[in-house]
Amino acid sequence: MSAGSLLEVNDLRVSFRVGGLSARLAGRATEIEAVSGVSFSLDRGSTFALVGESGSGKTTLARALNGLQPAVAGSIRFDGQELRGLSNAGMKPVRQRMPMMFQDPVGSLSPRLSVRSLLTEPFAIHGLSNRDLDTEVRRLLALVGLPRDFAERYPHQLSGGQARRVGVARAIALDPVLVIADEPTAGLDVSVQGEVLNLLNDLRDRMGLSMLIITHNLHVVRQIADRMAVMYLGRFVEQGETEAIFTKPRHPYTAALLSANPEPDPDKVHQRISLPADVPSLLARPKGCEFHTRCPQAQPRCSTEAPLPVVVGDSRLTCHFPLNT
Amino acid sequence: MTVLDVRNLSVDFQTEGGRLEALKQVSFTVPANRSVGVVGESGCGKSTLINAVLGLLADNGEITSGEIVFEGGKDLARLDADSMRALRGQRIATVFQDPMGALNPVLSVGRQMRDIQYRSGLSKRDKDARSVAMLRKVRIPDPESRLAQFPHEFSGGMKQRIAIAMALMMEPALLIADEPTTALDATLEVATIELLKDLQRDIGCSVLFISHHLGVIAELCDEMIVMYAGEVVESGTTREIFHDARHPYTQRLLACDPARLSHRVPRLPTIAGTLPDLRHRPPGCVFQPRCDRADTQCLTVPPRASLGGSHSARCWHAEVPLAEVTA
Repeated sequence: MSAGSLLEVNDLRVSFRVGGLSARLAGRATEIEAVSGVSFSLDRGSTFALVGESGSGKTTLARALNGLQPAVAGSIRFDGQELRGLSNAGMKPVRQRMPMMFQDPVGSLSPRLSVRSLLTEPFAIHGLSNRDLDTEVRRLLALVGLPRDFAERYPHQLSGGQARRVGVARAIALDPVLVIADEPTAGLDVSVQGEVLNLLNDLRDRMGLSMLIITHNLHVVRQIADRMAVMYLGRFVEQGETEAIFTKPRHPYTAALLSANPEPDPDKVHQRISLPADVPSLLARPKGCEFHTRCPQAQPRCSTEAPLPVVVGDSRLTCHFPLNT
Repeated sequence: MTVLDVRNLSVDFQTEGGRLEALKQVSFTVPANRSVGVVGESGCGKSTLINAVLGLLADNGEITSGEIVFEGGKDLARLDADSMRALRGQRIATVFQDPMGALNPVLSVGRQMRDIQYRSGLSKRDKDARSVAMLRKVRIPDPESRLAQFPHEFSGGMKQRIAIAMALMMEPALLIADEPTTALDATLEVATIELLKDLQRDIGCSVLFISHHLGVIAELCDEMIVMYAGEVVESGTTREIFHDARHPYTQRLLACDPARLSHRVPRLPTIAGTLPDLRHRPPGCVFQPRCDRADTQCLTVPPRASLGGSHSARCWHAEVPLAEVTA
């Protein structure tokens, strides 16, 4: 483990049981590996982004890191401590330092609690109610840029952006070291999205936070993340420094994702890499390289032999024939 | 021919805190075989607009003025529930953001596609044949065998394509698509846009496309309207609006899109201020409290739509292009 790294994940696997007795008797697959052999490390004070389509395993990975979903294999070292196998009670102090922000800004707040109660709840859960909670509420509202009188409001009286700010305030209430944010800007408009991203960038600088951000908006990734990983069928197909990946994607899937990114210019001539739209099922993973069924560069070797991770430039990727080399 | 002609539509909601003007004098048209995009922040009235067109406003909502003329004849604002029901799904179809929510999880896809054709009078076999043809059109491989499968057996992108197939099954005149690509990754998003374009050409329908993803609107739509606080503040061709936006709100909105930035910036642009309380609209221009070009006229007199041709902007300063403002 290098000196600067806060979170080190090695060969992490999460699987779900599917189907019942009939599937087992019929000899069909009864398990899907939603996260399949993921390894990465996150440095202190840096932001790591996970991108990939819905169903690629981003949220499952985040939940596994937070102990909300047990991992079946691999290791999660957070600040020197192994998290895999910790009991719920053992995870509690960890979650204080590694809170998670969930998708859906309004839906992730209890509709019956006022903003004050929402903000003091983390203190109550972690037995810190002896602090001066009024001061804490004022401090948190100020940190996320909301007026003081918002403490008396309820979630239905908040806009999406304001609700997201309350979610951010809850996440940073107990001075965490790492915030896991699942789609922090999904469903927000571009201007509000900008506000939330500016806020997260500010807090990272002021509080020395590290962040793990899940998103499928590539423009967001570029604005906030130092490093990124691209997920496909539960695996990292490419990871590396954000700017390097944007300028020189090495994996054909990454290249296709970046080329597909719609841009706000009706006259733009697109040099698109088009992919067949059929994403394979996790129940029937393709043999060899799992991307070969959609890959424009696929060779015979790709359909038989699974590529091992290779390092090209700053990127670590799994591909027999990397691009831009 | 105009498929949808919305004229001076105003919708009020009765709330505990008083009457709220959710839509105020909204006017726009959707011509035949065209795609019209609707953009604007949450709370700007996009959903209210769709619900008004579909006749699905909540009980506390009321159309206080205006007309929604469909296919040159019926005024949807005054249509009775039965006639409205006959139009929905037949002449006006919808695709929503969440494809899983649009499909019934306990019925096979084939059964759902058959059910949707209940007014067609076809035999079961003919209905299934049409379902297969439609699934093939949305590029679902091996459609015959997939009719027996259930929604959970399809990927997210495929489910959205099935939802599109179902919406277009009855060859509607108007497809209302509400953020249909938001849940998809970029490759599938682009594939879905291409598919919608092709289908629109094939079937000859018009599309009213709601999104806050400006890039998607730029790719798919011929024309667009920009909504703010329940008003159409600017409308025109997609090219006019992306290249020559005249309303300060549109200009700011476009500037906020991180897709315009080709590198990382220390601070992302935002629009200062918040949406006005729609129970107490500001006098004059609705954007004036957040606008740095506002003068005394803007504070008191609501601006009229101006500019020539298809392009119009509800702003007193719309004649001055952005380049001259920032210079």
